[in-house]
Amino acid sequence: MGKPEILEGAMAVAHAVARCRPEVIAAYPITPQTHISEELSTIVADGELDAEFVKVESEFGAASVVLGASAAGARAYTATSSQGLMLMAEVLWNMAGMRLPVVLACANRSISAPLSIWCDHQDAESIRDSGVIQIYAEDAQEAVDQHVIAFKVAEDRRVLLPMMVNLDGFLLTHVFEPVELPDQDLCDSFLGKYEALYKLDVNNPMSFGCFTEPDKCMEGRWMIHDAQLRSLSVIEEVSANFAKVFGRTSGGLLEEYKSKDAETILVAKGSICGTIKDVVDELRDKGQKVGLVRIKTFRPFPRQALVAALKGAKRIAVIEKGGSFGAGGIMTPEIKDALYDTGARIPVSGFCVQLGGREIAADGIKEIIRRVAKGEQVAYEYFGLKQAILPDLVPSD
Amino acid sequence: MSAKLSMDKLSIGCVAPPGGSVINHTGAWRSQRPVFKHVACIGCRACELACPEGCVFENPEKKHTVEKLKAREMADRDFDPDYCKGCGMCASECPAQDIDMVREEK
Repeated sequence: MGKPEILEGAMAVAHAVARCRPEVIAAYPITPQTHISEELSTIVADGELDAEFVKVESEFGAASVVLGASAAGARAYTATSSQGLMLMAEVLWNMAGMRLPVVLACANRSISAPLSIWCDHQDAESIRDSGVIQIYAEDAQEAVDQHVIAFKVAEDRRVLLPMMVNLDGFLLTHVFEPVELPDQDLCDSFLGKYEALYKLDVNNPMSFGCFTEPDKCMEGRWMIHDAQLRSLSVIEEVSANFAKVFGRTSGGLLEEYKSKDAETILVAKGSICGTIKDVVDELRDKGQKVGLVRIKTFRPFPRQALVAALKGAKRIAVIEKGGSFGAGGIMTPEIKDALYDTGARIPVSGFCVQLGGREIAADGIKEIIRRVAKGEQVAYEYFGLKQAILPDLVPSD
Repeated sequence: MSAKLSMDKLSIGCVAPPGGSVINHTGAWRSQRPVFKHVACIGCRACELACPEGCVFENPEKKHTVEKLKAREMADRDFDPDYCKGCGMCASECPAQDIDMVREEK
């Protein structure tokens, strides 16, 4: 194994991506993603990576370039955040339908308005239904490793879908942590060369994502759903192989942290899980049966694995960094839905935290656990909402 | 590398060989169809050029009804109902106002 270096999260991701040898990279700067594409452009300019780095006018352009590159048979990569992901949205749906295994990073950031550059998950969750596979890192090491896993999963013939690695903006992109970069030779043998199923060729013309009449369109859409579901086992298989080769369990569908015998289980994804684990450790020391189930793979939704991990709980609190205005949570209803089929009636509460980078810290997590442990159940709550700074919600003039 | 592409079956990524727009009979979308009156036609072919589907053409099997066209050895205009979406651009562009759009009724 290599030796850990102290690297900034975004820089580490850039160097890990370079070791996956993408042939085309296109990106547009946006905080907090910028350091990834900036570093990659330096790596390419320095001749350390033989790739085309395409400078574009927008994220729509970036996504379109990597879509075209992938259709031409190249391994392609991009990275973005927030508004940039919004601008890519249309192209991402097309990538999924055209079954192009582009890998992208989303340095998770709040969406305007109000304008915020800080972290939450509403950007990624808003393209939840696009067919793009979504995995979430807890720390910089996972963000690095999940990129290697993402190329392998996305390019697998059983999958062939775009795959997005989520890393919390600032919380992971801008912190310096000890990171072990994947060894170049191991990366090369693990990934191999990308061989496209179909590729654009002037001597053999074809069109991707062709026009379909109503007699065929539904089957075209179903194939995306089918590939998403099939990718569940591929993610597990590739993650297990990654662990064998690189010695780290950075992939997978879920992490079950002291949850096997837990009465109160928290469910969350991303870097907040580090804080939750500290709280779990502290409360375990005091004899409370608390645990965490961390969602690493959000799309495809690991329904069966979640049910298996949660069915023994007496109560569940889902910690969300996003939501659906006018409905409630994103993960909370999906977890309730998965549990409904089992017949179990475990109280599930949803707490929306950390929107736009709001601090929660260990005390906030403890408060949530204290409330649900004494029997409180909430459908979905904006945790810690400051009533004092709100205006009259129905203005009189 | 990959299985032969066909129009009848979908492929992964809905990748299709060229010619897809011939297979798809978009004429089913039509709510209006052009009627070539052949009264004032001057044979300028603006209708053919204006058609975004390329489905207005000269049909030699049809009669030569317009004197001016006879002199130029041109047959009557016709349109391909399999592909005409009824957009009306031919009628709009006709300098002789010789094309009417009529409601498509069975």
